[in-house]
Amino acid sequence: MKEGRPRSFYVLATFFAAYVLFLYGPMIAIYVLSFQGPQGGLTFPMNGVSTFWIAKLFQGTGIVDLGAAFRRSLLLGIIVMIVTVVLSVAAGMAFRRKFKAQGILFYSAIASLIVPSIITSLGISLEFRIIDDLIKAHWNENFETSMGLLTSGLGAHLTWTLPFGLLIMFAIFNRFDPRLEEAARDLGATPWQAFRHVVLPIILPSVIGIGLFGFTLSWDELARSSQAIGAVNTLPLDLQGLTTTVTNPDIYALGTVISAVSFTVITLALGTIHVLNKRQAAKGSDAGQGLV
Amino acid sequence: MDTSEDILQQASPGLIPGSGTARAAKVTRLSPSFISWLQAGPMMLVFLAFFLIPLVFVVIVSFWDYNEYQLLPAFSGRGYTDTFEGCIAQLPDLCTIAKTYLKTLKLCFLVWVITLFIGFWVAYFLAFHVKSKTWQMGLSLLCTIPFWTSNVIRMIAWIPLLGRNGLVNSGLVKAGLINHPIEWLLFSEFSVVLALVHLFTFFMVVPIFNSMIRIDKALIEAAYDAGATGFQTLVNVIIPLAKPGIVIGSIFVITIVMGDFITIGVMGGQQIAAAGKIIETRVNALQFPAAAANAVILLAITFLIITMMSRIVDIKKEL
Repeated sequence: MKEGRPRSFYVLATFFAAYVLFLYGPMIAIYVLSFQGPQGGLTFPMNGVSTFWIAKLFQGTGIVDLGAAFRRSLLLGIIVMIVTVVLSVAAGMAFRRKFKAQGILFYSAIASLIVPSIITSLGISLEFRIIDDLIKAHWNENFETSMGLLTSGLGAHLTWTLPFGLLIMFAIFNRFDPRLEEAARDLGATPWQAFRHVVLPIILPSVIGIGLFGFTLSWDELARSSQAIGAVNTLPLDLQGLTTTVTNPDIYALGTVISAVSFTVITLALGTIHVLNKRQAAKGSDAGQGLV
Repeated sequence: MDTSEDILQQASPGLIPGSGTARAAKVTRLSPSFISWLQAGPMMLVFLAFFLIPLVFVVIVSFWDYNEYQLLPAFSGRGYTDTFEGCIAQLPDLCTIAKTYLKTLKLCFLVWVITLFIGFWVAYFLAFHVKSKTWQMGLSLLCTIPFWTSNVIRMIAWIPLLGRNGLVNSGLVKAGLINHPIEWLLFSEFSVVLALVHLFTFFMVVPIFNSMIRIDKALIEAAYDAGATGFQTLVNVIIPLAKPGIVIGSIFVITIVMGDFITIGVMGGQQIAAAGKIIETRVNALQFPAAAANAVILLAITFLIITMMSRIVDIKKEL
C-alpha cells in the first residue's frame, strides 16, 4: 500500500461528514427548538430559552394525554422486548440444526420484514374484525372488540421486531464455536445446563442487543400500529396526529422526550454490552491461572 | 451430536461415573426434532397469527362486498372495480389510480437511486478507508443511532429548516439570492423524497457495508498489481462482490417506500397521493374490501420488483 492517504480518502471523508451532518442536523434543530421560550414559534430564531414546552407536556395541559400514551408505549415496548428476546433466542437455537419447516419460518420472517407495513397492519385489523364479528354472531352480542394494545397491537409489533431478532441470532451463531457446547456436554452437562452456563453467557451481549432492538423498534413503531392497535394510541401515533395541526413547539418538546427515552435505552444497552464484553474478556479465559 | 460420550461409553462402560443413569434419562428425553419444534414453534405461531393469516384475510376480503357500514362476506369484485373505476373509459388518458401508482413508482425510483448512491459511498468509506476497527465500529454506530429514534420526529425535524420561514429560506433571502421564500421546499414531492432519503439510507448502508467488509483485500491489491485503475477495480471487483448487499438494501428501500403512507402524508402535507395513502384513505372510509384490493395490487407490484431483484442474487445464501 502507498504511504499516506489517497485523495479519494479525503473526498469520501468529506462526503461521509456531509452525510452525518444531513443525518443529525435536522434532529439537532428540533432538540434545540424544543427549548424555545414561552413566546417561541416553530422556527428559528429562538425566542428566548426555557423548558416551558417540555414542562407543559408533563402538566398534561397540552394537546395529548402524554402520560397515558407514554405508559402505553412503555408497557408495549417492554413486553415486545421480552417476547422478542425469548422467541428469537429459542428460534435461533432451533436453526443450529436442520429441522422441517426451517425454510417456511425463514421466509416468513423475511417476508414479514419486507411486505409493506400498511398491508400487514390492514391484514391484522381485518383478522380481528372478523374474529369480533364471529364472537358477536355466535357467543356474545354485546362484545366490543378483541383488538387492543396487547392483542393485535402486540402482534403487529412482533411481526416487525422478530425478523430483526432472528437475523441477529443468525449473525451470533455464525461466529459461535460449537466446540464449547460439545465440551460442556462431554463434561456431563444436560442440554439446559449447557445452554444456561455456556451458550447464554457467551451470547448475552448480543441478546441484550436484540432486546434493545425490540424495545426501540416498538417504541418508535408507527406504520404497523396505525390500523392494528385498536382504539388507543401509542406515543408515535399521537405525535403523528399532531403533525397536521401543529402550531406550537410542544410537538418538538414531545419529539425531544421520545428521543430522550430511545437514547437512554440505547446508552443503557450499549453500556451493559460493554461491561459484559469486558467481564467475558477478563473471566472467560483461564489462561495463566495455573492448574486447579 | 453426542458421539464422544457414546464412543467412550461403548469403549468402557464404567469409565464415566453416572453416565449410565444419564444415558437412561436421555432415552426418555425429547427427540431433537421435537426440541426444534418447541424452539422455533412460538415464533412460527406469531408469524402465522399476525402475518400469514392476516395476509390471507387481505386477499379474501378484497373479494368481499361492502356498504357504508360494514363488510358483507359475499363474493364481489367491487373492491377492484371501484379501484379501477373509469380506467378503461378514460383511455388513452390515465385514470387516477394509474397516475397514483406511477407517482409512487417515480418517488420510489428517485429515493432508490439517491439512497443507493449515498449508501454505496458511505459504506465504501467505512469498509475500505477506515482502517481501525474501533473507528469503523464508532462511525457505523454514528450512522445507526438516528434509525433508533422515531421516524415522525425525523420528519418534523425538516419543518424548521424547510418551512416558509425556515432556515433555508431565510438564509437565501438574507443572502439576497431570492426575493420571496421558495414555496416548494416543504409539503412537496421534494420534501417527501428528502425525508425518505433521510429516513432510509440506513437500510442501504448496512447491507452494502456487510458485503464489502467480507471482500478479501488481497483481491483489490491484486487488481492494482495487475494494472487496474481505481475505477476499473471499483467496477470489475468491488461492485460485483458488493452486489448482494446492494440488492438486499435495494429491496428494503423499495418495499418501504412503495408501502409508505406516513412520510408521504406528513411531508407531502397530506396532498400527495401514493399507493399506501390510497389504502389508508379507504380504511378511514371503512371501505375495507377496496383497501384490501389495493393492498393486493401493491403486494403484487412489490413482489414483482423483489422477484426481479432476487434473480440477481440468492438472498438466502447471503444472510
